Amino acid sequence: MLVALVSRLGQMLLVMFGISVVAFLIFFATPGADPSARIAGRNASQETLVQVRHDFGLDRPLPVQYGLMMERLFISRDLTSFVNRGQKVVPTVLEAIPVTLSLVFGAAVFWVLGGLIVGVVAGATRGSWLDRTLMILSLIGVSIPVFWLGEVANLITQSRWHDSWLFSWVPPLGYIALTDSPWGWFKALVIPWFTLATLYIGLYGRVLRASIIETMQEDFIRTARAKGIGERRVLINHGLRTSLVAFVTMFGLDFGALVGGGALLTEVVFGLQGVGKLTYGALQTLDLPMILATVIYASFFVVMANFVVDVAFVFIDPRARDGH
Amino acid sequence: MATEMPLLAVENLCVSFRTDGGVVPAVSGVSFSVERREILGVVGESGSGKSQTLLAIMGLINSPNAIVTGSVRFLGQEMLGLKRRALDAIRGRQVAMVFQDPMTALTPVHTIGDQIIEQIRAHESLSRGAARRRAVELLDAVGLPSPESAVDRYPHQLSGGMRQRAVIAMALSCNPALLIADEPTTALDVTVQAQILELIGRLRDSFGSAVILVTHDLGVVAEVADRVMVMYAGRVVEEGGKGQLFREPLHPYSWGLFGSIPPMHGPRPARLTAIPGSPPKLSQMPQGCAFGPRCGFRHEACAAQPSLGSAGGHRSACFLPREGRHELRRTLAGGVPA
Repeated sequence: MLVALVSRLGQMLLVMFGISVVAFLIFFATPGADPSARIAGRNASQETLVQVRHDFGLDRPLPVQYGLMMERLFISRDLTSFVNRGQKVVPTVLEAIPVTLSLVFGAAVFWVLGGLIVGVVAGATRGSWLDRTLMILSLIGVSIPVFWLGEVANLITQSRWHDSWLFSWVPPLGYIALTDSPWGWFKALVIPWFTLATLYIGLYGRVLRASIIETMQEDFIRTARAKGIGERRVLINHGLRTSLVAFVTMFGLDFGALVGGGALLTEVVFGLQGVGKLTYGALQTLDLPMILATVIYASFFVVMANFVVDVAFVFIDPRARDGH
Repeated sequence: MATEMPLLAVENLCVSFRTDGGVVPAVSGVSFSVERREILGVVGESGSGKSQTLLAIMGLINSPNAIVTGSVRFLGQEMLGLKRRALDAIRGRQVAMVFQDPMTALTPVHTIGDQIIEQIRAHESLSRGAARRRAVELLDAVGLPSPESAVDRYPHQLSGGMRQRAVIAMALSCNPALLIADEPTTALDVTVQAQILELIGRLRDSFGSAVILVTHDLGVVAEVADRVMVMYAGRVVEEGGKGQLFREPLHPYSWGLFGSIPPMHGPRPARLTAIPGSPPKLSQMPQGCAFGPRCGFRHEACAAQPSLGSAGGHRSACFLPREGRHELRRTLAGGVPA
C-alpha cells in the first residue's frame, strides 16, 4: 500500500514536471512568440530589445531559462508580471485561490446533492412522468450555456427584480471573504453556485440514472429483493451504492478541472476574482509568467483530483483494492 | 387442520409476457404443492418455465410486461398480488431463494457478512454483533473454511463454490421453512456440485427446511429429491415420487429424457437416443399437446390439451392409455432396461 502510494506520488510529480515543460515551451520557445517584444512594448528599438532580453535572461539557453523560471516561480517566488510591472505572480495566484475554491466547493455541494436526488428519483421511477420531467429538466440544464444563465441571473437579481422582496438581499457582484463575513460570503456566492451547478446537476443526474437503471437489472439486485429487505434498501444500499463508482470518478475529474480554472465563465460573469478570471486576463494581455503560473496551478489540481479519485476508489470499490 | 395444509400450494399459475408479437406464455397452468421437509425436484430443459415458476412464487417478476395469474399459497396465505411490505415479511424469512449463478448473485461492494447480517436484521430484532455471530455460524454450517475471516471477505475474493455456499448461508439465515434453489449447481465445477448437493440434502435434517430444487440434471434429482416434477414448454407434464418416476416414467417426454442419459445397468446402447426436433418457441406454441410434434406416439387425441390427472401420487399429462405404457416405451429405440 505504501509503495503504491509513493510510486503514485512520484507519477504525479512527473506529470506536473511534464506539464510545466510543455507550458514553458509553448509560451517561451514557440517561433514568433518573442517574449522580449511583449515586455519591451510596441515600437521598441533593437537595442532596447537586446537589453530586455539580457535583463530577463531570455538570451540564455532554453533549459537555463526554464530552470530560472521555475526557480523564480517556486523558490524565490518573485516572478513578476510582464504586463503590470511589479505585480508578483505567486501572491496574486494565491489570493485568487480562495475565491475559486469557495465557488467550486459550494457548487459541488449543490451538484452532488442535486445529481444524487435527480439520478435516484428518476432511476427509481423509470418511465413515469416524474422521470420524464426530471430528464427534460436536466437536458435543459445541460444545454444552457453557463454564461447566459449567469447573465440572466444577474439581470433578474441585480437589476429587474432587485428591489422586490425576493432579491433585495442579493449583494452587488463580487467576492466577500468567508473570514470577513460568513453570511455575506454565502449571500455573494449562492447565485454563482446555482449557476455553476446547473450543468452538473443535469449531467450527473442523467449519468447516475442510467447507471442505476443498469445496476437494477443485475442478478444481485434480484438476490437483494429475495432477501425481503424492502425496495428502498435495495435501491440505496445495493443499486445506488454500486452505481457510485462512475459518479465519484466523474466528480473528481470535474472538480479538479473547475478548481484549476475551468469555472472561468462563471467567475467572469459574477465578477469573482478567481483563478479562472486571472488566467483569462493573463491570456488577453499575453502575460506569460502569469499564464505559466496559472497553468501549473491548474495542472496541480487536476493531478491531485485524479489522485484523490484513485484513493476514493479503494474505499468505494473493494475490487480495486486487490487490483482487479 | 393446520397440519394438513401443505407448506406451499401453487394452483394454475400462469406467467406470460406482453411482447411486440403478442402475449407469449412462459408458464401455463402449473399446479403443485410442497409438504414440510420435502425435497421437490423440478426438471426440464431451458425455456421450460422452471425459473419463471420460481420467480413468480417469490414475487420476483417485476417486468411491467409480465402477467402473472393463478394462486400461490404459502401456509394458506396468498402470495400473488401481496403488498410489498407483506411480501417482504415472508421473503427471506420463511421462503428463501438460491440463484443459479453465484458469481453475480452477491452485491460486489459489500462483504458477504454484511449481506447476511442485512437479511437477518431485516427480519429479526438482533444486535449487529449477534447477527454477525449468527452469520459466522451459518458460514461454518455450510462448510466455508475459516468462517471468522470469510465473513469479512468480498464476493470477488471467494471462489464460485464458496460464493454459492455464502449464498446458501444467506438464504438459510432466518431458518426458512422453504428453500427455493434455481439450478444451484449449474455454474459450478462437478466436484463442487456434489458438495453443494450434499449440503442441500443435509439442510432438511439440520434446518428442517423443505426444498424446491430446479435443475436440468436428472442425476442431481436422483441424488436428493423425494418427489419429481417434469416441465415442458411451460407446463407440468409429469409428477410423481422419485422412485416411481425414475422406475416407470409415464410421459413420452420423460422417456426421452431418461433415454438421453447412459443407463447404469444392462446392455450398453449403441447410441443414446435424442428427442427429435427442438422445444417449441413460446410464441409459436403448437395446438394441443406441446410435445406432440416431437412425440413418437402422437394420435388424434393429442390435438387437445392433455390435463395432468389428479389421481394418485404419480400423474402425467398424456392421452396414452395408462395401462401398457411401459410396453410402448420399450418399443422406443435405445432400449429400456427391463
